[in-house]
Amino acid sequence: MAARGRIKDLWREQRLFEQRAIAAIVLIGLLATVLVSRLLWLQVKRYDHFTDLAQGNRVRVEPLPAPRGMIYDRTGAVLAENRPAYQLELVREQVKDLEATLEGLVGIGVLGPDDLDFVRRAIRSRRAFDSVPIRLRLSEEDMARFALHRHRFPGVDIRTRLARHYPQGETAVHAVGYVGTLSESDLQRVDREEYAGVSTIGKIGVEGTFEDALRGRNGSRQIMVNAQGRSVDRETVLDEPLRTIAAKPGADLYLTLDLEVQRVAEQAVQGQRAAIIALDPRNGEVIALVSRPGFDPNSFARGLTRAEFAALNEDPDRPLFNRALRGTYPPGSTIKPVVALAGLEHGLVTPTTTRACPGWYSLPGSSHRFRDWKRSGHGSVALIEAVAQSCDIYFYALAAQLGVERLHEFLGRFGLGGPTGLDVGGEKSGLLPSPAWKRSAFKRAAQQVWFPGETVIFGIGQGYMTTTPMQLAQMTSVLAMRGASHRPRLVRALRDPVTRVETPVPPAPLPTVRLRDPADWDVAVQGMVAVMQGGTASRAAAGAEYSIAGKTGTAQVFSIAQNARYDESAISERLRDHAWFIAFAPVEDPRIAVVVLVENGRSGSGTAAPIARSVMDAYLLRKFPPPPGEDVDAAIIEETGDGE
Amino acid sequence: MTRLREDVDSTARRTLTRSTRILGALQLDGPLVLGLALIAAYGQFVLYSASGGDWNAIMRGSIRLCVGALAMLVCAQIKPGQMRRLSPWLYLVGLVLLIIVDAIGYIGKGAQRWLDLGLFRFQPSEIMKLAVPMACAWYLRERALPPDGKTLLVLAVIILVPTLLTIIQPDLGTGLLILMSGALVVLFAGLQTWIIALLGGASVAAAWGGWYLLHDYQRQRVLTFLDPQSDPLGAGYHIIQSTIAIGSGGVTGKGYLQGTQGQLEFLPERSTDFVFAVIGEELGLLGALLLLALYAAVVLRALYLATQMRDTFARLLSGSFATIFFVYVFINAGMVSGLLPVVGVPLPLVSYGGTSLVTLLAGFGMLMSLHANRKLAA
Repeated sequence: MAARGRIKDLWREQRLFEQRAIAAIVLIGLLATVLVSRLLWLQVKRYDHFTDLAQGNRVRVEPLPAPRGMIYDRTGAVLAENRPAYQLELVREQVKDLEATLEGLVGIGVLGPDDLDFVRRAIRSRRAFDSVPIRLRLSEEDMARFALHRHRFPGVDIRTRLARHYPQGETAVHAVGYVGTLSESDLQRVDREEYAGVSTIGKIGVEGTFEDALRGRNGSRQIMVNAQGRSVDRETVLDEPLRTIAAKPGADLYLTLDLEVQRVAEQAVQGQRAAIIALDPRNGEVIALVSRPGFDPNSFARGLTRAEFAALNEDPDRPLFNRALRGTYPPGSTIKPVVALAGLEHGLVTPTTTRACPGWYSLPGSSHRFRDWKRSGHGSVALIEAVAQSCDIYFYALAAQLGVERLHEFLGRFGLGGPTGLDVGGEKSGLLPSPAWKRSAFKRAAQQVWFPGETVIFGIGQGYMTTTPMQLAQMTSVLAMRGASHRPRLVRALRDPVTRVETPVPPAPLPTVRLRDPADWDVAVQGMVAVMQGGTASRAAAGAEYSIAGKTGTAQVFSIAQNARYDESAISERLRDHAWFIAFAPVEDPRIAVVVLVENGRSGSGTAAPIARSVMDAYLLRKFPPPPGEDVDAAIIEETGDGE
Repeated sequence: MTRLREDVDSTARRTLTRSTRILGALQLDGPLVLGLALIAAYGQFVLYSASGGDWNAIMRGSIRLCVGALAMLVCAQIKPGQMRRLSPWLYLVGLVLLIIVDAIGYIGKGAQRWLDLGLFRFQPSEIMKLAVPMACAWYLRERALPPDGKTLLVLAVIILVPTLLTIIQPDLGTGLLILMSGALVVLFAGLQTWIIALLGGASVAAAWGGWYLLHDYQRQRVLTFLDPQSDPLGAGYHIIQSTIAIGSGGVTGKGYLQGTQGQLEFLPERSTDFVFAVIGEELGLLGALLLLALYAAVVLRALYLATQMRDTFARLLSGSFATIFFVYVFINAGMVSGLLPVVGVPLPLVSYGGTSLVTLLAGFGMLMSLHANRKLAA
């Protein structure tokens, strides 16, 4: 029998099933008994207790939203704060007919017809008993109008809440960021409990990256309500006191930004598409971070209408785009000091190595001519002179000698090709090309080959290579400190608003760039000093009370055909070269490293260098250009009025 | 007088026989359909109060019930043979859809339970509530019972793969129901008592380990369940308010439409997952017991039908469908009365909305077909 046990025994299986069915019934009976006992306990034994809870008075729990942390610049000037604002809120459970209510609110003019979709989605994404803001920042007039019709809208009420306010307006918007309305997609990635009673969330910049620190923790308060849901002033429910869990306010942040320097930098590029970054090379602190054009973060905190957002989003100048961290441009000649260092490091040149510059360069066995920016050439130049005059031919030849692999490796030591690790997220990596990269980036075999000519233009920062202004700022900082650097950061300290204890964020040193011969650093720096003294940017250094080391650069927006003449006036404004300038000062004891990028600014020396100078003057000498008066405003209006 | 009574008697008998014949032709079981209909009617009655007197909710609820009834009717027409052949395919299709949903969710970096088919949204995990027990019963149909070790391993895979795919969506409630519906088949197949004991011990151990695998919000639910007062604003709010509602209902309740907790909107989700609290509050212990009695009647009838079947596939599948119905009720009522943590399981035929209604009734449809064709099936 045991051996044949695996053969189906229908009668036995029927019995087995019946046994199991009986066991199931017994188990169901047991569980049902448990359930019924629970009901008996709740409804009979503890009936009085629960009746008291339910009947006499009722407890409602209200969220106590935590005040969001303040944001200050390095001197304590307020960049972001909270102000009381009136907003319209709706509790879905208490509204009989949601659509009719919304239509009614549009009818009396406190809601825009365009906002309805967004409001519906906001209401749907919250729980029925949550109070959902449907209109932020009511004006006095809106409040008066709503008050008049209030009786028509049960479940809708005006509430006072703390709203984010940015007293500096557009200034530093790309660094500070903004808070915006908590959207459906935000709610899917955050813990809803944490956001009960909160209607906004940090979106970009410091507000976005430091959201968790700034937000704090919500508290809650039990309140007594009568049958109409109105709050009743009492302190206990039966014998138990009403519980209040205090909100834990968010931490205040102290930024490394210098508001006055930031302002100077922004004014200098008013009306242009540009990015500026100023770093303290000694510790990586970001002194100024500019991306222009900007926008008013208050409009986001207030709640944008669809049309307003579309206007910002579709503006051809892309005000929402953070050029300083996310704009990638060919670095152009700004990398020449580093290429020079690579030549020294690999023993291919010495400071006295000279090279003839006839205005063009050809690879051996090729007739293709790589042109210098100066058609007549620079004559015979040595290394320092080549940096000072930004001689392309010198660096074409040096790049060809170095080869792409060594160039790639050396530039990589300066952090190019990867994010700098700024404490505010969203940085782009740019592109530091290499044959390996080319193999993986292109599909067709013919395109996967690295051509020698591509190495040549790599030497002057053209071709595939792109960098963000942030990366170049970090590179400049490394040059200034002869190899030492820190992770750039915008946040210097967090402060607990209750205990007032400050927790500084310590500088984070990065691995030092080491050269075979540390004296090579001085050669590169001498080249950059020569740029400012008789070199390409000498005009921008005129009359400086401190020593400056700098380098100009232009990034081609499109390439010019062989032998074609570069006719600037014929090229539309958007196709003009981008202007770069990198600098640090004072040379002996660097305290600031600056990078300026002006899109379609044409000339690094003419456009970008003077801007960097004004930023350095502001920071090192506290010398500020006269504030823009009414005339300037009028001029701007006139300019936009003309249309471009 | 006697003749009159005989007349009435025979009229009644004729009506009864006629309806029995109609039900028989449709392969339905009279007592079971009656039980389900009574629960549904009771549900609509309660729903009117729970929705705050909203006729629209009743309309939409009735339409859903009709869709469910239709699904039951259609499933009752499937011949056991077809059902058997369909089982592995339904399972495979469900598995593929589940993987697609998980992949979309993974790529979209958000919780994903739905497939959007344009016209309507569709939840593949719902198919699995039927397909997993079907596949298990199909796999066991020709094998000797109780199952041997190798068979059990295959069954474990059949059950656990869709369960885990559902839990990571994350949808713990549905995942547990899928697990249960498959496990019930194996239990009815005569899983040896010592293995049951072993698994019981192992699951206690797994509960310790599983704690670390739970999502934060799921962990929070467990913690809040143990001490609702720790989070009166968030998850604990539901449990506090629903126990107050039930407790304050007493033996006879506050009266229909008179429940303060429900009507004054202290009770969240009162027409969906927490509708049992409205019954407890307004209709009291008696109203709750009546509903539980109806559920018990349905489960017992379905189990009885299952014992009458003559082939393994039919018996095991029917046993699972009958018992899972009770599991729904127990989990939901246990959650609302504060016995179990809050997991999203609706009260069958009463909670407003949810696709599980269609799934449950389709399961009962299949059960009735298997019963109607029990003689052919062997």
